[in-house]
Amino acid sequence: MTAPDAVPDPLSDALTATRLFACDPLGLGGIWLRGAGPVRDALVARLAKALPADMPVRRMPGTIDDDRLIGGLDISASLHAGTAVLQSGLLAETDGGIIMAPMAERLSERVAGRIGQALDWRAVQIERDGIAGEMPASIGLLLLDDGVSAEERPPVSLTERVAFHCDLTGIESLDFPDDPRTKPLANSHVEEPDDTALRALAGTAMALGVGSARALLFAARAARASAALAGRAAIADGDIATAARLVLAPRATRLPITETPEDQPPEEPQQKTERQDDARESDEATPEPPSLEDMVLAAAVASVPPDILNRIGDDVSRGGASGGTAGQRRKSRLRGRPLGARPGIPRGGARLSLIDTLRAAAPWQTLRREEEGEDAPRRIRIRRPDLRVRHFEERTGAVTIFAVDASGSSALARLAEAKGAIELMLAQAYVKRAQVALIAFRGEGAELLLPPTRSLTRARRALAELPGGGGTPLAAGLDMARELSELVASRGRTPFLVLLTDGKANVGRDGSPGRAQAREDGQASAKRIAAMAVSGVVVDISPRPRPEAAELAAVLRMDYLPLPRADAAMLHDAVDTLQDRAVAA
Amino acid sequence: MTAFPFSAIVGQDEMKRALLISAVDPRIGGVMVFGDRGTGKSTAARALSTLLPPMRIVEGSRFNADPEHRDDYPEELTSKRVRRVPVPFVDLPLGATEDRVVGALDLERALGRGEKAFEPGLLARAHRGFLYIDEINLLEDHLVDLLLDVAASGENLVEREGLSVRHPARFVLIGSGNPEEGELRPQLLDRFGLSVEVKTPDDIEQRIEIMRRCDARERSPEAFAEEWEAADAKILRQIARGQKAVDKIVVPDAILTDAAELCVAVGADGLRGELTLMRASKALAALDGKRKVTRAHLIAVAPMALRHRLRRDVLDETGSTARIERAIEELFG
Repeated sequence: MTAPDAVPDPLSDALTATRLFACDPLGLGGIWLRGAGPVRDALVARLAKALPADMPVRRMPGTIDDDRLIGGLDISASLHAGTAVLQSGLLAETDGGIIMAPMAERLSERVAGRIGQALDWRAVQIERDGIAGEMPASIGLLLLDDGVSAEERPPVSLTERVAFHCDLTGIESLDFPDDPRTKPLANSHVEEPDDTALRALAGTAMALGVGSARALLFAARAARASAALAGRAAIADGDIATAARLVLAPRATRLPITETPEDQPPEEPQQKTERQDDARESDEATPEPPSLEDMVLAAAVASVPPDILNRIGDDVSRGGASGGTAGQRRKSRLRGRPLGARPGIPRGGARLSLIDTLRAAAPWQTLRREEEGEDAPRRIRIRRPDLRVRHFEERTGAVTIFAVDASGSSALARLAEAKGAIELMLAQAYVKRAQVALIAFRGEGAELLLPPTRSLTRARRALAELPGGGGTPLAAGLDMARELSELVASRGRTPFLVLLTDGKANVGRDGSPGRAQAREDGQASAKRIAAMAVSGVVVDISPRPRPEAAELAAVLRMDYLPLPRADAAMLHDAVDTLQDRAVAA
Repeated sequence: MTAFPFSAIVGQDEMKRALLISAVDPRIGGVMVFGDRGTGKSTAARALSTLLPPMRIVEGSRFNADPEHRDDYPEELTSKRVRRVPVPFVDLPLGATEDRVVGALDLERALGRGEKAFEPGLLARAHRGFLYIDEINLLEDHLVDLLLDVAASGENLVEREGLSVRHPARFVLIGSGNPEEGELRPQLLDRFGLSVEVKTPDDIEQRIEIMRRCDARERSPEAFAEEWEAADAKILRQIARGQKAVDKIVVPDAILTDAAELCVAVGADGLRGELTLMRASKALAALDGKRKVTRAHLIAVAPMALRHRLRRDVLDETGSTARIERAIEELFG
């Protein structure tokens, strides 16, 4: 049997994952390669070579529209034929092949949702523009993720649906291990995994906190592909371990509770045979040989990515290894709310809606042809009043950024009020298409506790963890608020800043204490925000309002709101009123 | 691929029960399924489509016309014959455009023959059946508004392209979504009679069974379907019996009192909660082949009927389900 590598090597793991994917590209959903660079280029090249020669591989631009992605009415063919003609999109065109998504971290939820449905159904269903149809679309997905920060990731709806997650960042070597010389077997010739194998995978998934049944099914398929690749008709223990390492470990949300990896060194297989011999000689009941389950779990634990290990503990409650990033991915849908088509001339940015124009013209065709006489050419007669333009309701959603002074000097109790206000804002966020973000600054720096979201579930979690105490690094808090405002604005949304502080800075931008420097840094940061003309409000949360916070508001060119005895509801009402005024202005 | 057999779904008892209840009594108003990815939400919803007893429509009707109410439909129904057809289960694909949902001018007839005719949309196709929306959080807002309006009125009103058409559109809405990806609007949530939360089973034997069955199905879909055919047919008969019996189920006064007390105790807003609780209890009793609703029925359906109707308390972190269970414990011990 193949022993799991003593030290998991990310490069050889990624290569194995690529090979397994190439063995069963449609059954394993896809592969997610994170980190741009020569390593990934080499892997993609190897993948292309390993795939069957006639398998189509299509690149998909992130800006693809529904017409091209799922298909729809073929307008010119329909006009020509005088009957509705269905045109396929990229998904159906790639049936039986691979879709390659470059810059997958920037894919919108809209595109991701449609690809996800195709992966589930192995078909696309079209109900668009007066035409309906279903076309087979069995695809494998190659996600090329150039993301750097933790928040820049492909949509969870896609990463969930691909078997392999490979993080290539940090791999420096291009020293690929040799290809195995064994002749691969067809997947279908491999026997199904037995109960011990299934138990080992299911047990490992549970121990690592992998909830998704999809991951489990992928792991079973990956084990089979691993056996096929090695030319074996039966799944060996090593295949199970490989599957657990490549499919389950990257999705880990926790480490096993009872057993630590040290108890189960990865060189287990040799020991196993020895111990089995021992057991045979001595009493049957004494030292249990390590079960396959333990061996697989140990292999998987050794492969759990280090960043997950770091997150474990402070972030256990999170939904999945890559969960929780969906909230801020709504940007692409916010070009405005489509209101259907209205009569009008396509100019000044209004786009012609061809289908609706044709619909408007259609009933008159017989009449118009008669008007023009018998010799008139056969063509569609479209007149000015038929023209329809697409209508969007311009409503860029607002993002309320709470920057909360969580230092010791601000009454700690006020944090509870800020929390309450945020929850109240979120409770009505859906109606207003609004999002909420939360920054806390205390001690030596600022921290983004809640990226823009409208999920109450996520917000609750972040708020529960809001710490308090320490100095007041006002400049750091303001800087982060400005960066977030810029990000929000770049995504076409309107930031509104709610700064809860008493204005008394005592930690400078570099994290060092000192009132004078801290104040100066704070002023400088505030001026930069003022230059951006972000609207907002400074809420003075000290029990007796002081000049510092009012001064800060003046520099920021924001409203000043002393709320010495505020409660959550009052705070929320005040912010709501000011924000409505700012948006209306 | 054909739908996964309903009876072959491992675990997920609450979700399955909610779907069956909604099939027995469509007036309850559908099911919203919340859960993380990969928990089998869509599998179960789509599996339901094969379990629905057939319905009678006027032959040739494009609006699923009910033979008892022929005149309600905007079409000329010349045929006197009645056909038995499967109850429609319409899957709303992402990217569906408004014209396909509500119906629009028939482009083909308009272009080809210059005729002004209405082409019914998905709402007409779903009439008297089910409309399933996967990933409801991803649905465009204007479509959500539209569906809400139709679901509330039971009628689809089309005023576009010079057409003025109205037709009945009563359907059971089934939705699935992931709460991590944003809240659902309360108005939308309220439209759903029942709501369930699903997780992958924690039990290792169940998880192994999931892998085993998916593998078996992958290898031979036909053999797998055959293996579960009898079990599914039994559920279909159970639903058919339940549909016939549900209106005759007796609700003792004591149970009515229980239901009212429970709603007050958990702070479920409005009358809708109490009404749904009663209807769901009756449907469950009908499914069980009982004549009378018992407290056990009420307790079994209380979480799914009420959990999405509780007033949100910003200070109380306790989940809705736990609050309902606590109230049940306190009231009925």
